[in-house]
Amino acid sequence: MPALINVPPKARRGEVIEIRTLTSHIMETGFRHTADGKLVPRDIITSFSCRYNGAEIFRADLFPAIAANPYLSFFTVARESGKFEFEWIGDNGYSSTASASIIVE
Amino acid sequence: MSVWRAIAAAALFAAAPALLAGEIPPDARRSGYSFMGPDTRAMQDDDTSNPGMLFVLEGEALWAKKTGSAEKACADCHGDARSSMKGVAARYPAFDKALGRPITLDQRINLCRANHQQAAPLPYEGRDLLALSAFVAHQSRGVAITAGDDPQAKPFVEQGRELFMQREGQLNLACTNCHDDNFDKRLAGAPITQGQPTGYPLYRLEWQTLGSLERRLRSCMSGVRAQAYDYGSPELVALELYLMSRARGLSMETPAVRP
Amino acid sequence: MPTTRRQFLSLAGGITTAGVMPVVTLRPIEATPAMLNTAIRNVVGEAPIRTGKVKLDIPPLVENGNTVPMTVSVASPMTATDYVKSIHVFNEKNPQPNIGNFYLTPSSGRAQVATRIRLADTQKVVAIARLSDDTFWQIAADVVVTLAACTEEMN
Repeated sequence: MPALINVPPKARRGEVIEIRTLTSHIMETGFRHTADGKLVPRDIITSFSCRYNGAEIFRADLFPAIAANPYLSFFTVARESGKFEFEWIGDNGYSSTASASIIVE
Repeated sequence: MSVWRAIAAAALFAAAPALLAGEIPPDARRSGYSFMGPDTRAMQDDDTSNPGMLFVLEGEALWAKKTGSAEKACADCHGDARSSMKGVAARYPAFDKALGRPITLDQRINLCRANHQQAAPLPYEGRDLLALSAFVAHQSRGVAITAGDDPQAKPFVEQGRELFMQREGQLNLACTNCHDDNFDKRLAGAPITQGQPTGYPLYRLEWQTLGSLERRLRSCMSGVRAQAYDYGSPELVALELYLMSRARGLSMETPAVRP
Repeated sequence: MPTTRRQFLSLAGGITTAGVMPVVTLRPIEATPAMLNTAIRNVVGEAPIRTGKVKLDIPPLVENGNTVPMTVSVASPMTATDYVKSIHVFNEKNPQPNIGNFYLTPSSGRAQVATRIRLADTQKVVAIARLSDDTFWQIAADVVVTLAACTEEMN
């Protein structure tokens, strides 16, 4: 599934930067019923994590109250050039990854 | 009526002789964007937080992907969409000479699939068709709408206008009763807009996904308790064409975000 | 006969009520304040929860409860010895009281997260921060969810 990742391509060492991620997912709550009364089974992303050159810098547990196509914004200190790796894990074995690089001067 | 108001009204008539009673004059036309709150506007304004952009991204991949028994991608004929598709969506629905009637952008994509890619049509409101039409329409963002200018389309614009003015459903309401006569008022908590289709396909917070103008029209029809026309029906195409011609001059916003 | 404004508005009100009702009936039991309290205690344990330090930015009146932008920030120097470990967000009336748990580190630099949430009804949203000294701080906000007109029925 596609994801929109917003990481500044360049930052000064020690600068606090914002990271924004948006990914495609229906986030079916598991609380809705079809017109004929059947429960629509839950299908959500349950966990998100961000690693910066291998070390986890942010993690989130998501619940059905997170809107479809989950959007997350968080911050980190730009320490060194390298790579951010993002991972979304969810129901029914769902897994999706993305990455973005940064140059720190 | 004051003298000045009479003069202003006369001036309005002089400036826009074709304007019919109840219709919105060109300089008073407003995108649905202007009826939204600051949070929803912010969501549309920033491409990295606009969920409609996820579909544009998917559409970009589909544009370059070979498909059908002809093993052709959209890009194989149309090249870089940024130049070849710029302004195209602002002209749709457009008159198709071979068919002798106007067709929507969705229908154009499926005609291309049938004629040039030898591929099965994509279902209406399916993810792939929405993604492709969002990608194509996104290339027209900022371009002024000119749909309906083609003289051959005029009878269909007129058909759409008649449908817009026609009362229907158990509530016996016409589109014009809300969207010409009562915009800026509220229906429950929500503002009534002018119904200008500037940003389709668009991301509706209510839907939590991208949807077409036809989906929106169908849900309005259910709202007045009328039988909704089928996707791709001549009536919906005519309505879509009229709505786009009614929005003449407004800028395309695809993918817009609406509540 | 032309429709008068009064008739129109009464008809218009009819659309809204009729359009919204099925959605209401589809809604399952709401999280009760007791469930909210239990969910908070599952995270906090028996520790006292103080008010302050936490800021919750959420529109007081939202246009659609399906996608509500929300930002939580905590006043913290975010140093190795004094930082925010986690932020937890809860609601009062959705079918389930949890919204999200967000885990930070001293290298987060700024204790702030933003996301978009679903609110089934007008209700209270609670944000709680756990600091590195294991104290808990909270803030609550009331959000009015307006019902959209001509809501599409689920199919």
